[in-house]
Amino acid sequence: MAEHILVLAEQLEGQLTDVTLELIGVARRLAASRGSGVDALVLGDGVSSLAATVPADRTLLMEHPALRLFNPEAAQRALEAVARETSPWLVLVPNTSLGMDVAAAVATRLGWPLVAYCQAIEERDGQLVATSQLFGGKILADCPVGTDHAVLSVLAGAFSSEAAAPEPPARIERLTPPAELDALRVRATGLERPEAADVDITRAEKIVAVGRGIESKDNLELAEELAEGLGAVVAASRPLVDAGWLPRSRQVGKSGLKVKPRLYLALGISGAPEHLEGMRDAELIIAVNKDPKAPIFDVAHYGVVADLFDVAEALQERLGG
Amino acid sequence: MTLAVILKQVPDVVEELAIAPSGTDLDRDSVSYVVNEFDEHALEEALLLREATGEDVVVVGVDTTGELDQALYTALAKGAQRAVKLVGDFEGSWLSTRALAGLLAPVIRELSPRLVLTGVQAPDDLDGQLAPTLGALLDWPHTGVVVGTELADGVVRVRKELWGGIMLDLELATPAVLGIQAARATPRYVPVGRVRQAMRESTIEEVEVETPVESAPKLSRLRAPEAAGRAEMLTGSPSDVAERILEILRARGLY
Repeated sequence: MAEHILVLAEQLEGQLTDVTLELIGVARRLAASRGSGVDALVLGDGVSSLAATVPADRTLLMEHPALRLFNPEAAQRALEAVARETSPWLVLVPNTSLGMDVAAAVATRLGWPLVAYCQAIEERDGQLVATSQLFGGKILADCPVGTDHAVLSVLAGAFSSEAAAPEPPARIERLTPPAELDALRVRATGLERPEAADVDITRAEKIVAVGRGIESKDNLELAEELAEGLGAVVAASRPLVDAGWLPRSRQVGKSGLKVKPRLYLALGISGAPEHLEGMRDAELIIAVNKDPKAPIFDVAHYGVVADLFDVAEALQERLGG
Repeated sequence: MTLAVILKQVPDVVEELAIAPSGTDLDRDSVSYVVNEFDEHALEEALLLREATGEDVVVVGVDTTGELDQALYTALAKGAQRAVKLVGDFEGSWLSTRALAGLLAPVIRELSPRLVLTGVQAPDDLDGQLAPTLGALLDWPHTGVVVGTELADGVVRVRKELWGGIMLDLELATPAVLGIQAARATPRYVPVGRVRQAMRESTIEEVEVETPVESAPKLSRLRAPEAAGRAEMLTGSPSDVAERILEILRARGLY
C-alpha cells in the first residue's frame, strides 16, 4: 500500500501561495510518522525556478502553455494523471478558489473519497481523522481516513506554514503533460488585479468591520462615524461587498483580503469560516453580535451579545460624536 | 436551449443546530431549511442570462426535505419556466454530494441544457462541492467561485474570483457547469402573492429516482467546535459595554 502523500502546489504567476506551504507542512508531519515521503506537484509554464523552492521530498514539475494561468480543466487532468501514475495514499489540495475546482472533480473521477473543508488532520487512537468544518463553522465532522486512497481539501490558514519552510527539495522530476492538455475545452483568457484602492485595509492599524447585521446601506454611516472617532477604517464581510455597499478593496476574508490590525471591531458579523480566515490573526478582536452562538465569538477576545446599533451608538456618544 | 439551475435546501445555519443522538447527522426534526444562499445567486445569474439571451430557465432539485416545492414555486414566480423535482426514498436524510450528483446527472443530461448553474458550495457539502462533482460525472467543463457570466456562441465567458480581489477570466465550451459565488445583482425578491400565483398556475414535474446505495457522507461523528478560544463576554447595558470597550482600548493604547 502506497503511503506517500501528494500535495497540489498552488501558484499564481510564479508565486507559491501560503496555503501550499501549510499543506506541505502537514503532509510532512503525516508522512514522517509513517516513514514515507511527500511529493509536491507544481503546475505552470516557465516555473522551474519556483519548483526548486518547494520544500517537499520530491517535486513533480509539469509545464505546459495551458498551465500558465490557472485552468481548472488542465489542472484537473494533470492532477488526475499524476495521482493515477504515482498512486499516493493521500492527495492534499488547498480548499481555495483554484483547489475547489480540482479536488472534487479528481476525487470523483478516481472514485476516491473526499473530505472537504479540512481544518485538522490528526492521528487518534491509531487512526487518521480528518476534521471538516461544516454548517458555517458551527459544526465539525470527524471523518476517519483509512489506509485507502483519499483526497483531502484543506482550509487555508488551518496549519502553520513554518513547518515546511526550511527544507529544500531533494529532487525535481519533470513530468510529461498528459495529451488531454492539448485538447482542452476551457481557456484562461486573462487575470485582473484590483485597481489601487483608496484605503489599504491590510495596512490599517484599526478596523471597524461590518457585516449583514448592519441591515442597510444607510446604516454604514454609523460605522463610518465610529471608525472616524476611533481613527480606524471601515471594512466589511462579503455580503455587503456583493450588495455593492462597499468596494471590493474593503472585503475581509477568503476571497477578499487578509488583515492583521491591532484592533478589529466586528459589528454584526457572524463569522463564517471564510471571513475568519481573513482576520483571525488580528491582535485584538472585539465582536458585537445578536447571536450568542455566532462563530465570531470563538476567535474574538471580547464579545458582546447585543444589537450592534445600541453598542455603536453608545460608543459614538463617548467618542464625542 | 435552456439554462438549468440546481437548488438545494440546507439547514439554516443562523438557527441553533442540534446533533442527532446517532451523532452522525443533525437532528433533522429541529432543523429549519432554507435554499442554499449561493444557489439563490445561481438562480439570479440564470435569470439575468435569460434576460440577455431569451433562454428558458429550468430549476431542478432533489427533494430531501419534503419541502422543496416552496423553493421551486418561488423560482417559478421569479421567472423560471420549468421546475423539476427528483423524489425518492430519501426524505429527511443527508445525501452526500456524490450521491446528489449521481441522481442529478442523468436528469441534467436529459434536459440537455446549455449551462448548469448552482451555488459554489453549501454548508453541508462534506465530500466536496456540487459543480465540480457533477461536472466530472457529466464530463462537462466546469468551474466555481464565479461572479459573472456571459453567453456567446458555443462558449460561456466567466469571471472567477481568486483572492484579494484578483479575478481570472475563463472561457468554457458549453455545455458547462458553473458554481456561482455571487450573481451580478442581488437575488431578486418576489412577493408572496406571486408565489401563490405560481402555485396555482404551474406544475412541478416529478422524476422518481432510486436512492443510491451509499448515499450519506462518511463520517464518524459530528460535534460542536471546542469553545477553548471563546471570547470574554462583556455584559450590561449598552453604555456599560461601551465604557468597557473604551477601557480595553485605552489599556492597549488604542484610544
